[in-house]
Amino acid sequence: MDHKTIQLAHGAGGQLSNDLIDTLFLPRFANKTLEAMEDQAVLDFPENRLSFSTDTFVVDPIFFPGGNIGELAINGTVNDVAMCGANPLFLSVAFILEEGFPMEDLHQILISMEIAAKRASVTIVTGDTKVVNKGSCDKIFINTTGIGVLDHDLNISAGNLQVGDKIIVSGTLADHGMAVMTSREGLSFQSRVKSDTASLNGLINTMLKVSKNIHALRDPTRGGAATTLNEFARSSNVGISLIEENIPVKPDVKGACEILGIDPLYVANEGKLIAVVSDEDSLNILAAMTNHPLGKDAVIIGEVVSNHPGMVTMKTGLGANRIVDMPVGEQLPRIC
Amino acid sequence: MKYLDEFRDPEIAKQILSEIHKTVTKPWVIMEICGGQTHSIIRNGLDQVLPKEIELVHGPGCPVCVTPLEIIDKAIAIAGKPNVIFTSFGDMLRVPGSKKDLFMVKSEGSDVRTVYSPLEALTIAKANPDKEVVFFAVGFETTAPGNAMAIHQAAMEGIKNFSELVSHVLVPPAMEALLSSPENRVQGYLAAGHVCTIMGWEEYDPIAEKYKVPIIPTGFEPVDILEGILLVVKQLEEGRHEVENQYLRSVKREGNPVAQNLISEIYEVTDRKWRGIGEIPMSGFVIREKYKLFDAEDKFSVGDIHADEPELCISGVILQGLKKPHECPAFGKECTPTTPLGATMVSSEGACAAYYKYQRMGK
Repeated sequence: MDHKTIQLAHGAGGQLSNDLIDTLFLPRFANKTLEAMEDQAVLDFPENRLSFSTDTFVVDPIFFPGGNIGELAINGTVNDVAMCGANPLFLSVAFILEEGFPMEDLHQILISMEIAAKRASVTIVTGDTKVVNKGSCDKIFINTTGIGVLDHDLNISAGNLQVGDKIIVSGTLADHGMAVMTSREGLSFQSRVKSDTASLNGLINTMLKVSKNIHALRDPTRGGAATTLNEFARSSNVGISLIEENIPVKPDVKGACEILGIDPLYVANEGKLIAVVSDEDSLNILAAMTNHPLGKDAVIIGEVVSNHPGMVTMKTGLGANRIVDMPVGEQLPRIC
Repeated sequence: MKYLDEFRDPEIAKQILSEIHKTVTKPWVIMEICGGQTHSIIRNGLDQVLPKEIELVHGPGCPVCVTPLEIIDKAIAIAGKPNVIFTSFGDMLRVPGSKKDLFMVKSEGSDVRTVYSPLEALTIAKANPDKEVVFFAVGFETTAPGNAMAIHQAAMEGIKNFSELVSHVLVPPAMEALLSSPENRVQGYLAAGHVCTIMGWEEYDPIAEKYKVPIIPTGFEPVDILEGILLVVKQLEEGRHEVENQYLRSVKREGNPVAQNLISEIYEVTDRKWRGIGEIPMSGFVIREKYKLFDAEDKFSVGDIHADEPELCISGVILQGLKKPHECPAFGKECTPTTPLGATMVSSEGACAAYYKYQRMGK
């Protein structure tokens, strides 16, 4: 079905989002940096390399268990900047506020942003505020843009996976998406699921201290781990094979997923990363991660294989194999 | 997690699997009725580890898949009217109608909302007294009590701006239609566990007797399904044909009488069209005369909308278990989850979507 108008699914991070980028955006703005299709641009300056990234946050509800839109906006961009191994330094913040938005809510959001920026050791150096008519936006939208510096010459990239590499996830999956989902209006069950929103630059530094053989890093936000792994497999033209029983999901989150009929592999995370690392360094890196508070539940969930290039598969408990596909459209309404 | 982990335990599953291998001596064709079971079979790769003698065919028990095209067109027509808030379970929104789907209607500016229960739609109706709120009441016997409850409450509270577009279907008439077809190959059934939770399994006794088929009300986890298959195979090998309950933790012989009474207060049995299969006598629900005020088909005068199904789509043949999704020439080519020709490629319970999502390799 050809779409004559923008559908919600075009923003959900799945196949339709990719189609939109591939057919409309990329051909117009084409350049080598953009075409790398990473979460950040790595820019060569005479003295060093910079990492540069932008993201807009429209989550609904704006306050959810474990966080709010403000800290999400800081952590999200810090993570995108950091996923090439850069140290995030500066952020810009732009707000679009709806007429009538409560000042008290804005105050709370700003306090969270201040704390999140301090934790991530980044400085907010420029900003902008626009207010639009009631109904022209939904309460508050935030854009953040970040710059970081790479003090190494590693190429950490989705296109850099090597056959034999191990896939590590830094902790339990689907916490953020399910926290947002279960706190939405209309869902009548209470859950204790909390968002995992956190800046991961500290964890990445810890990992880089023990190994230079980190081939790819990404935070599996919108679209979840399944989307990130499919992007990795396609960019590097390799296969990825996962082991179902190793995928870490908290019991509460699993329960909420069951009730709503949602696969945790497709649910957004905001404080987790997926690392693809060389086989020989994998245990060292894993040990360093599990010693860090944001990586204490890190685990190896699979490996890079030479068969079925571009495709992610999973070995089930019974030893059968199934495909872990790219999601088509949205599983959840506006989760990040 | 209680009631979940133990029914997913690979070790228990392997034990049952080895018992199935020991029991089976000749080829058998078994149909799992429910789309939820199909999804679980393909997702866990159960079909890859069963003995080659056992062929699983995927039945018509996916409510989204069997909802006829013209009901989707009616939903689209109602959702496009001014002053309407159209509410539905999420799965229905991406099902293609003749020209568009409900997501497109939404992006054109209509108020289409995903809800998780019909009672949520009723709450929306109360909060928006100047709007007409319509709930898309699709499903098998499983969702009927909730949908009946929404009308029951609306009637009790005198809420006049709430109505349902009903496309309810019933399992036993569909099983009979399949079994009496000259092309039928199915020798044993896994009945849908959640349908039986509501309706019980007494109504399957005469079917098992008349068509000489074992019928096993079965759950949805890998251990449930393997145990259901073992019970069917044992009966087939021994020449028995009985109703035998696998889903003991949920299904009782008499079902849930409270839910059944609520259903028959609001709905009555009627002939229904099934997508890809055609009309099956006495195979669905319609709102009783007494509650016609809550019937969206009447309220919005969409009874005259008719539609023919696309020729390229063989979902009817697939829903009857006569072909597997990957045997369709359009599978993975003209027809994918982003460009579905039929509902079986859309719904997460649809056989085509399950094959596309989990088993495209080497097919």
